[in-house]
Amino acid sequence: MALIDLSKKEVHCKVVYYGPGRCGKTTNLLYIHKAMDEKDRGKMLTIDTKGDRTLFFDLLPLNLGKISGFDIRIQLYTVPGQVMYEATRSLVLKGCDGLVYVADPLKVRQERNIEGLEDLRRNLEKNNLDLNKMPIVLQYNKRDLCDTPVPTLTVEELQKDLNSQLNTVYYEAIATTGIGVFETLTEITKKTVRYVAEKHLLTTID
Amino acid sequence: MADFVITAQAQEKAGSLIVNSLIKAGVRTALLIDSAGNVLANCGHEQQELDIDAISLAALAAASLAATSQIAKLIGEDDFSLLFHKGKNGNIHFGRVGVELILITIFGDDVSLGLIRCRVAELSDTLAKIFEG
Repeated sequence: MALIDLSKKEVHCKVVYYGPGRCGKTTNLLYIHKAMDEKDRGKMLTIDTKGDRTLFFDLLPLNLGKISGFDIRIQLYTVPGQVMYEATRSLVLKGCDGLVYVADPLKVRQERNIEGLEDLRRNLEKNNLDLNKMPIVLQYNKRDLCDTPVPTLTVEELQKDLNSQLNTVYYEAIATTGIGVFETLTEITKKTVRYVAEKHLLTTID
Repeated sequence: MADFVITAQAQEKAGSLIVNSLIKAGVRTALLIDSAGNVLANCGHEQQELDIDAISLAALAAASLAATSQIAKLIGEDDFSLLFHKGKNGNIHFGRVGVELILITIFGDDVSLGLIRCRVAELSDTLAKIFEG
């Protein structure tokens, strides 16, 4: 749910990084937090367990400059990926305006990727949101594993599993080193701001 | 859940209501947020001194109340309408305003919880009307 503050001329949007456990959602946020100038980002908030697994969510607020005189503020959230935390994922999705689905390239995680996307669709429905109408970007993370002997999925296989219905933009990424991280962020930000602006701002500004 | 568009008029009105009812009664900080964790109004005199991170506070409060609401459902309740935490020097009270809003109040031991509950209950209908119509 976007918040448009006409008195301060600010637009606040919520983007959620979704995906199966251990796919690199928090790593994306950590890289963005490390790479961005301090004046453009807020404090990163994480609620994790002892084993570095996200328990509730991570939050990273960003300031992304002005569009038509409005300051654009994006709040990036992650969800806990483990299957048992479905209730928590549904809570974090509440009021989200854009989505990044991070997929794991390991062959053994193929089912988890597909289940994760179904879980996303289901949890959006619980919040009266429709996956087919939301801004979404796919990120195929950990591409560096493809150069190792570990069996991995090809981009074609990932596309067939996850993107045949969504038909959206995808990026290959290595979140630990930042490859593809900002490309994903830029694209989802553009899509989200356009989505919110088309709904409200264009008519409000006129 | 619809998007929120806040006008300067609504914000001013809500701000002055919160200041008159809560801040003048001794409350340190009062934050009006929505259930997705956005800050709608931020009032109080300790913002500069304490430098409260309103964005993190709003996100955690929204999450905490959402989790509490799920707990309520597990025991057969619809929802718990308020949440209160007592600290050594400060206390925090969360109250629902309308369907989608939450009013967070931070206050010391010099203010009684009863007064806060009373004032928040009074404010809640008026604030809900301003933002939710």
